[in-house]
Amino acid sequence: MKLRFLSLIAAAILLSACAKKPVETVAAVAAAPPPPPVAAPKPTGPAPDSLEYFNTVVGNLVSFGYDKYDLDAAAQSKLKGQAAWLKQYPARTLTVEGHCDERGTREYNLGLGDRRSNAVRQFLVAEGVAAARLKTISYGKERPACVTSDETCWARNRRGASTVQ
Amino acid sequence: MLKALTKILRAGVLAVLAVLLTVPPANAQVRLDITRGRVEPMPIAIPVFPGNTDELKQMGKDVAEVIAKDLERSGLFRPLDQKAFLQELTSLDVQPRFADWRTLAAQALVQGSVDMQANGQIRIAFRLWDVFGGQQMEGKGFGTDAANWRRVAHMIADLIYSTITGESGYFDTRVVYIAESGPAINRVKRLAIMDQDGANHRYLTDGSALVLTPRFSPTGPEITYLSYFRNIPRVYMFNIDTGRQEVLGDFPGMTYAPRFSPDGNGVAFSAALNGNSDIYSMDLRTRRMVRLTDNPAIDTSPSFSPTGDQVTFASDRGGTQQIYVMNADGTNPQRISFGTGKGRYATPVWSPRGDLIAFTRYASSDGFFYIGVMKPDGSGERTLAQGFLVEAPTWSPNGRVLMYFAQAPNGGRTRLFSIDLTGYNQREMITPQDASDPAWSPLSP
Repeated sequence: MKLRFLSLIAAAILLSACAKKPVETVAAVAAAPPPPPVAAPKPTGPAPDSLEYFNTVVGNLVSFGYDKYDLDAAAQSKLKGQAAWLKQYPARTLTVEGHCDERGTREYNLGLGDRRSNAVRQFLVAEGVAAARLKTISYGKERPACVTSDETCWARNRRGASTVQ
Repeated sequence: MLKALTKILRAGVLAVLAVLLTVPPANAQVRLDITRGRVEPMPIAIPVFPGNTDELKQMGKDVAEVIAKDLERSGLFRPLDQKAFLQELTSLDVQPRFADWRTLAAQALVQGSVDMQANGQIRIAFRLWDVFGGQQMEGKGFGTDAANWRRVAHMIADLIYSTITGESGYFDTRVVYIAESGPAINRVKRLAIMDQDGANHRYLTDGSALVLTPRFSPTGPEITYLSYFRNIPRVYMFNIDTGRQEVLGDFPGMTYAPRFSPDGNGVAFSAALNGNSDIYSMDLRTRRMVRLTDNPAIDTSPSFSPTGDQVTFASDRGGTQQIYVMNADGTNPQRISFGTGKGRYATPVWSPRGDLIAFTRYASSDGFFYIGVMKPDGSGERTLAQGFLVEAPTWSPNGRVLMYFAQAPNGGRTRLFSIDLTGYNQREMITPQDASDPAWSPLSP
C-alpha cells in the first residue's frame, strides 16, 4: 500500500520533470518545432475493478491468532474494504479460503480452516454482500504461504484468503 | 482347517492347506510374552527353503528372506546368520540335528521347501521347530500360483509369530498412505498402497486432486478418504480392486475425517456447515445418515470401538481440543483426555483389540507433538513417540504396533514410522517418495 503510494508520487515527479525539460530546450534552440503536447498525468497502478487492485489495494488476506477464528480490528477494516469493493462491482464473486499453520493436526485444521473462511464470509454478508456471491473452502494446513517453522511464518499461514472470480 | 481353507480360496491365493504331521501343543519353553515391556529378541534359524530347480531354489531363498525380515522388523525375533548353519536341510523330511542348532543358540528353527506340483502350482511348506524341546510346534503347506510366493511367505511369518507369541500376526497386510512430492507450498499428494514391508508399491491416484487421510475398510478392498476433486473437499470411497471411486453423498459443505465402522457397512465422518463441524455416520447400504454430534465446536476424527457400540472423537467444545467417547448413537459424550499439562489431544483411534485409544497430542508448552495411547476411560496414558510433528497413528490389526508419520521442520521430509506398543522398536517404513497419513489394512482375508 505504502509502496504503491510512493511509486505514484515517483511517477508524478517523473512526469513533471518531463513537462519542464522541453520548455528549457525550447528556450535554447529557437528553430526547433514546437514540442508535442504533454499528456496530463494519469494515475498508474491497477484499474480499480481489477483482481490486482482487489488483491493489492483493497487487500485479499486477513490474519488469525493461533487456534483462533475471530476477526480483529485490522481484519474487520480490511473486510469492510472488500465488502465495499464487492458492492461496487456486483458481477464479481468471491471464494474465501481458510488456512492454518502447521502446529495442528490435519483433520482439526480442516475444521479450523472452515471456521476461518466462514468467519470472513459471515462478516462480508453482515456488511451487505449477497451470500450467494460468496463461497468458502478450507485447506487446513495443506497450502501454506511459507514453510519456515517459526512464528512469523505460522502467523502468515493463519489466514483467510479471498479470491475474486 | 476347513475355515482356513475357505478363507484362502476366497482370497484367491487358493489351494491346498495341509497340516504336516501331527502338531503337538506349542511347547511352553519357546514363547514370548509381548505384553511385558522390552523383550530380548528370540534367536531363530531360517535356512533357505530348498527347491529342485534354479527357479524354485531362488524362490526358496526369497521366501526365507521375506520371513526373516518380517520377524526381524517385529523386534521380537533375531534371525541368525545363515552362514553359521551347520546342517543343510535339503528337504522338509530331513530330521533336524537339534544339537547342531542348539550350538548356534537358536531357540526356534524354520524348515521349509518349495516344490512344483503336477497342476502347475507351487507348494510352499514349512515346519516350525522348538530347538530345545526337539518338537514341531507348527507345520503347514500352501499351494498357490508362483506369483503369490511373497504372500505365502508373509502368511508363514504370521503363523510363526502367532505360534510363538500367542497373538495373531500382522505381516500379511497392506498399508495405504499419501505419497507426497513437489514444493511444500503446493504439495502433490497421491493415494498409494504397498505391502506392510514396502513391497508391491503402487499409486492409486494421479495427483491431479489433493487427497488426504485414507482409511482401510476392515472387511473389503475399499478405502475411504478425502479428495479435493474439482476443488470440492468431500469424502470418497475407492475400490482397490476395480479402481472405482465414488463420492459419499452430497453435502452443502466439506465432508472429511472418514473412518469405517468395524463391520465395514458404515462410515463415520465430519460434515462442516457454516463453519461448524459435526460428526455423522452413514450406512453404506441404505445411505441413511445419522447425526451423532450437534455442538458449535469442531467435532472430528471419529473412530469406532471394535464392537461398534462406541465412538471416540476429538472436539474443542471444552475450550481446547480434547478426546471424547460417546455411544454410537451420539448419546452420553464423555471427555477422556485431561493430560498433565496444557496439551491438545487429537486423532483418537480405537485399537482393534478394544483396550486402548491411540492419539496425537500437541503441547504448546514445549512445542512437540506426541503419539500416545490411553485406555478408553482416559486412564493409563503413555507416550510412545515424539517429534517436531508426529501425527496420525494407525493400528496393526493385532493392536500391538502403531504406524504414524513424522514431518521435519521448515517444510522438510515426511516419513512413515512404526513403533511397538511398548514404546520400543521404532522403524522407518521406506517409501519411494515422502509419505504421510498411513492406514494399516486388516489381516488379508
